[in-house]
Amino acid sequence: MDAPTASGQQSQASAAFRSEDDHLVAALAGTWQLEHPSPRFEPLVAAALASSAVPAGTIRAIGFDGAALGAWDSSLLIFLREGKSYCESHDCAFDTAGLPTQITDLLSLASAVPELVVEKEPPAPSRVARIGLAGIAAWDAALSAVSFLGELAQGLLRLLTGRTRMQWRAFWVVVQSNASGALPIVTLIALLVGVIIAFLGVVVLQRFGAGYYVSYLVGYGMLREMGALMTGIIIAGRTGAGFAAELGSMKITEELDAYATLGISAVDHLVLPRVLGLFVMMPLLVVYADAVGILGGMLVSVTLIDLTPTQFTTGMLSAVSLSDALLGVFKATIYGAIVGFAGCMHGLRTGTDASAVGRSATSAVVLGITLIIVANAVVDWLAALWQI
Amino acid sequence: MVERSGPDVTSGAPPVEVTGLTMQYGSRVVMHDLTFSVERGEVFVIMGGSGSGKSTLLRHLVGLLPAPPGAIRIDGEDLTAADPAARKRILRRIGVLFQAGALWSGLTLAENVALPLEELSELDAPAIAEVVELKLALVGLQGFGEFYPSAISGGMRKRAALARAIALDPDVLFFDEPSSGLDPISASRLDDLILAIAASFGTTIVVVSHDLASVFRIADRALFLDISQRTMTALGPPAELRDSPPNDEVRRFLTRDSGSNT
Repeated sequence: MDAPTASGQQSQASAAFRSEDDHLVAALAGTWQLEHPSPRFEPLVAAALASSAVPAGTIRAIGFDGAALGAWDSSLLIFLREGKSYCESHDCAFDTAGLPTQITDLLSLASAVPELVVEKEPPAPSRVARIGLAGIAAWDAALSAVSFLGELAQGLLRLLTGRTRMQWRAFWVVVQSNASGALPIVTLIALLVGVIIAFLGVVVLQRFGAGYYVSYLVGYGMLREMGALMTGIIIAGRTGAGFAAELGSMKITEELDAYATLGISAVDHLVLPRVLGLFVMMPLLVVYADAVGILGGMLVSVTLIDLTPTQFTTGMLSAVSLSDALLGVFKATIYGAIVGFAGCMHGLRTGTDASAVGRSATSAVVLGITLIIVANAVVDWLAALWQI
Repeated sequence: MVERSGPDVTSGAPPVEVTGLTMQYGSRVVMHDLTFSVERGEVFVIMGGSGSGKSTLLRHLVGLLPAPPGAIRIDGEDLTAADPAARKRILRRIGVLFQAGALWSGLTLAENVALPLEELSELDAPAIAEVVELKLALVGLQGFGEFYPSAISGGMRKRAALARAIALDPDVLFFDEPSSGLDPISASRLDDLILAIAASFGTTIVVVSHDLASVFRIADRALFLDISQRTMTALGPPAELRDSPPNDEVRRFLTRDSGSNT
């Protein structure tokens, strides 16, 4: 807001009030700049009223005389707005006729009433109300998850009865991304988990002179639990978050609406190939992770306690059976379905702003990992019950 | 058959009919008592300021939002109350052009146009390829079938999305802000296309827009949503509304008068 008329010399900003009949006129002069002290409205008016013969209540209007006004910036506007609110509260007219038009334009712009009155946010709920709201939100989330599970089941039924076609391309993309794409990270994690189990076994079992049984621990640990669990967690973080972000972005760009307005099911087209892709790939990944993990455990055993690879293998094979490996693979199929379910559900339920995609990805991973751990516990419990 | 000339005039009902519609976000009413019907073959524009709920109205019309108070009928059928089969039949007759195109980013332009045909028509692959070729040519995108949406400009994306919207020769086409994000030349080209499609296919067209140049050019009739009154306050040919505005808000909107020139 530069001055339209730059005055030659830098004179102090001033506003001199004089009374004319029943109104006051402020003669504005000098250079008005924010960095320099400028007059305040109320004290000046009060002083003018005190020194003049006019009683305070009889002032009908306050006007301005901008003839001697030099350069000005926002400080003048602030002064004038003070004047305006003074006039409003003292029931007198605010007369801008004597001001340059640039200033009156700016004043009317600044005082324009916003057309849409933004409704105030309701007050923050009390602590008790927050607990209730959290409960309602949790219940809604649970209902939403169940209804999505239902949609998924309906879609699967449509696929099996031939009423919708399999989207093979999306399916193969998921398969590829979880084969060659996921192998490096699965290799690293599975190998280290095998190593960790073996270390644990060596430390504990050596005390009882039973170091030989490390192979039992590695075999059982990898095949029944850790192979599937760790792979599930990796895939939840990698692929589950990816699904949520991908579908969430499609929601924001209205691509999902484009399916809806054609009456095409987004579940059939986008969700089924992803969930089924993971359902197929997870068991394969877990078989691989089991093998790598056992190799890691064997490396530690051979290095630390003079077991030969043959002793390790023979020991392990005498302990574990095919049902142990199958239990792990069975878990893997469940985890694959869980990750696909959590990722796609949060993707499709994304809000419509950009930060919603991030929230969806986070929720997908959290829900995926939580459900995996819960499912793990349930399956283990059932396995113990049925002595598998 | 997908190719045909002129709309399917089986029912005497207007293609789009809205009665006593109330739109709300949660408990906040955005617009109430909307009642209007769109006549067959006309270009009908829904106007209104930002935040007046015109895009929301469009989303109601195409059945993207849950049933609101009031009735919306497409060709005499209530979209929100229809069972899945009827809903699919209704949706089959409408096409939607979204604001940013909403082309499926994982598919090429040809695949984008082909998908509705594959899913909703009985055509075989060679016939679909022919229709795709035709629709892309109609919007001036011949030879771009193998391109992905990310590889072409915004104007081209919008035209490709138009090709997808008309893939099934809909009776009613809905446009959400067709000129948003386009330069004036691309925007007017899109207007030409809209007019040409309306004229040659006899398609009924419903447009949401606040682009005045476009409104005056294409609209047979326009509906004005007044954000301060929270309802519709004008309905008629835009030139008529401009020359004899029924109220000040409409006059200001149609003459771009911000009301601050004091």
